[in-house]
Amino acid sequence: MDLVLQLLFTGIGIGAVYALVALGFVLIFRATNVVNFAQGEFSMVAAFIMVVFAVDLGWPYWLSFIVSLGGMALLGALFNLGVYYPLRNRSFLPVIIATIGASIFLANSVLALYGPQPQVLQGWFDTPGIQLGPVYLDSQYLLIIAVTIVLVAFQYWFFEHTLLGKKLQATSQDKEMASLIGIPVSAMIMLTFVYSALLGGIAGILVAPVLFVSIQMGATIALKAFAATIIGGFGDVAGAIIGGLALGVIETFGAAYISVPYKDGFAFLVLVAFLIFRPQGLFGERVAEKA
Amino acid sequence: MSVAAEAAKPAPARRFPGPLAGALAYMAAAALAMLAAVFLPFDDYILHILVETATYAIAVFGLTVVLGLCGQINLAQAAFFGLGAYAVGLGTADLHLSFWLALAGGAGIALVMGACLGMSTLRLGGHYLAMVTISFQQILTLVMINWIAVTHGPDGVGNIARPAWFSSGHGYLGLCIAALALVGYLVWRLPETKLGRSMRAVRDNELAASVSGIDVYRIKVAAFALCALLGGIGGGLFAGGFSYVSPDQFSFAESIVFLTMALLGGVASPIGALIGTALLIVLPETLRFLKSVPGLYLAIYGLAVILIIRFMPDGIWGFVQVYLRRFMKPAAFARSAPELVLVPAKLEAESALEVEGLSKHFGGLKAVDSVSFSVRRGSVHALIGPNGSGKTTTLNVLSGLYTPTAGKIALDGHDVTALPPHARTAVGLGRTFQNIRLFRSMSALDNVVIGAERPGHDLGRIHAALVDQARAALAFVGLEGRARDPITSFSYGHQRLIEIARALAGNPTLLLLDEPAAGLNSTEKVELRGLLKRIAGEGLTILIIDHDMALVSDVAEHITVLNFGRRIADGVAGEVLRNPDVIAAYLGAEPDVAHRA
Repeated sequence: MDLVLQLLFTGIGIGAVYALVALGFVLIFRATNVVNFAQGEFSMVAAFIMVVFAVDLGWPYWLSFIVSLGGMALLGALFNLGVYYPLRNRSFLPVIIATIGASIFLANSVLALYGPQPQVLQGWFDTPGIQLGPVYLDSQYLLIIAVTIVLVAFQYWFFEHTLLGKKLQATSQDKEMASLIGIPVSAMIMLTFVYSALLGGIAGILVAPVLFVSIQMGATIALKAFAATIIGGFGDVAGAIIGGLALGVIETFGAAYISVPYKDGFAFLVLVAFLIFRPQGLFGERVAEKA
Repeated sequence: MSVAAEAAKPAPARRFPGPLAGALAYMAAAALAMLAAVFLPFDDYILHILVETATYAIAVFGLTVVLGLCGQINLAQAAFFGLGAYAVGLGTADLHLSFWLALAGGAGIALVMGACLGMSTLRLGGHYLAMVTISFQQILTLVMINWIAVTHGPDGVGNIARPAWFSSGHGYLGLCIAALALVGYLVWRLPETKLGRSMRAVRDNELAASVSGIDVYRIKVAAFALCALLGGIGGGLFAGGFSYVSPDQFSFAESIVFLTMALLGGVASPIGALIGTALLIVLPETLRFLKSVPGLYLAIYGLAVILIIRFMPDGIWGFVQVYLRRFMKPAAFARSAPELVLVPAKLEAESALEVEGLSKHFGGLKAVDSVSFSVRRGSVHALIGPNGSGKTTTLNVLSGLYTPTAGKIALDGHDVTALPPHARTAVGLGRTFQNIRLFRSMSALDNVVIGAERPGHDLGRIHAALVDQARAALAFVGLEGRARDPITSFSYGHQRLIEIARALAGNPTLLLLDEPAAGLNSTEKVELRGLLKRIAGEGLTILIIDHDMALVSDVAEHITVLNFGRRIADGVAGEVLRNPDVIAAYLGAEPDVAHRA
């Protein structure tokens, strides 16, 4: 029982990271109808920027964090300008191929610049964690969960209670109508990419002390986050969060009770099971194609 | 023998160069390449590069099929390549099977895996396929590394055998070139077969493909499985060529390399695939310094993918083809188009279409609410109603794009209520769309050929008969003279006529026309009216939906009127149009006021 609680805590912690990246997926998907396959690389790049500044250059942790987020905002903007925007009027296949190209480009550029050795990034806190009854609460996992709750709350407030948030919603629902009533659609899409890159970056920085900082972490996280969006129902914000948490828990229990080397495979099995038996996900609705 | 028989037939030069001449030239070139492989004094290094190019190219042909022809993505081609390679490796080295058996086994495993993966995902959108194939790729790499008892783990498999007759480097290269030539020929000819045409139709417009009688899901699964099969064959030959394989040769990065090869050369043609493969194998060999920095050459590939997609979407071969086409205008048809014969289907039921209590609800909205009507054989029947009355929803339920909430649809006496769109087309339904849906990358003729070969319309599998039927249908709408022109060069009104010709070519029992006059100018509308009368004159049953009252009252004998999803009138055209309820629905007047006026 103690072990179960402990695994549940760890699973929710890691699942919160998937949820953050999945949120980035969903926001870009709703704004552009395209899945950004480079979403995971945002996490990887942010983690590497942290390593460069906080570890290699010895800057303070908070300052490195700000630099890293600045870098992610810039990357999000460049990504939109270089990859999505020129192809916005083409069908979805060229666009997703381009985002896959961007993902390969980002991962391997970092590899070429930094080399293949996985790096270690310290956690934010000096205290490793606290013992609460039978469960040991790792401080980094606590931080991940707390930040995720704050970000989700912020996002809810932002989209539901600010004018800018409503403009973003309008853009994602009907671009043509939004532009007709004077919403600058291109700027809204730009903002979506920047915000998604920030979300991915925060997720990467948060998870870096738990995992190693490696070139592969982007692809791994993206795969899990995508599975999370399918479990939750594609394009559904609440679904992405619950899907992410569920996947983190499933994976942690799978690694503990079934097999460690195949830990990354459970996401795939869950993904395929959902695709076959419930492709609309837990909360999604099937939308019929119109003639 | 059959080749000789074909040649003896009086085959007029329909295409330049004729398919037979093309095939002969191809065979000669392939034979020359094989001779060169066996007899030219290549050293081991060159032999290795050539074997690598030939085996990779076979796998890239798979992407030509799935991505180029069918428009579906596969980011796990290296995994299928790896399945073939490991089958040959483990089969010959550990199990001591014959090379051929191991190769066939590997190809079979890749085929089955590809089919299963496709079946689980291809009903959904392309995003799912991209992610599922990436996942599959990752899983397979995990298995290759971790299932040490079987796969030898990261150490890889050595001592892979070659078949007895092809054990020398030159001999084996000859075998690979032969395989490349054979597979390349099949992929080259595929677009002109029924399967290949169906794939192109699915790529261009899934909805139009399904109402043309194509089982979209089955075609996608077939394309995906075929791609996996070619990956497996390529991988099996690759393993024999290098006698050692290890997991890192079949990683996700290699899948991206395969994708880049296909995109660079041009994804639409096996020639492009071969160009792309050769370039991306030879270039890194000559630019070895790129490989000295890990990640650098893959970073360049990633960037190349973005740039190719943006600036050269048809690849190198697509670029070259634009210039070649100027010199290779297709020859004119040797004989004129035959007369279109629309055979009114054999009498199986009194009415061509029988709709009973049909309902379609979207949540609380009753878009169509227990509507019944019947379309008499050989008549022109119109379904009219103001905007939002449920006309197009009715049509979509009739053609199977929506599942009805309740009710029954009988087409030519067959209950089709539960059938998917392509199966209804097989029973004899043809339709056009309000917003034209043609296969936009094809010629007018190819569009109409796809209509002609709908299931249930037997023309005896002879290509010439199909082309004749398609030309006849185009001639019927007056566009036969431009049969070979690409769709994009036709005006809006002509595109509508081509869509009608596509439906006519399948000789349907019932033709559904969804607002055919929408967007046409007044001259075109007059022409359309004439065309509809000629179609009706051939005895074909038509169900037409339109706003244009002049058109409807001119051509329709029988009218059903919908308003707010319910049938408000049904009967002979003249009477229905004088019905006060109908006038009220259209003009919004009080029934009695309308009556007095």
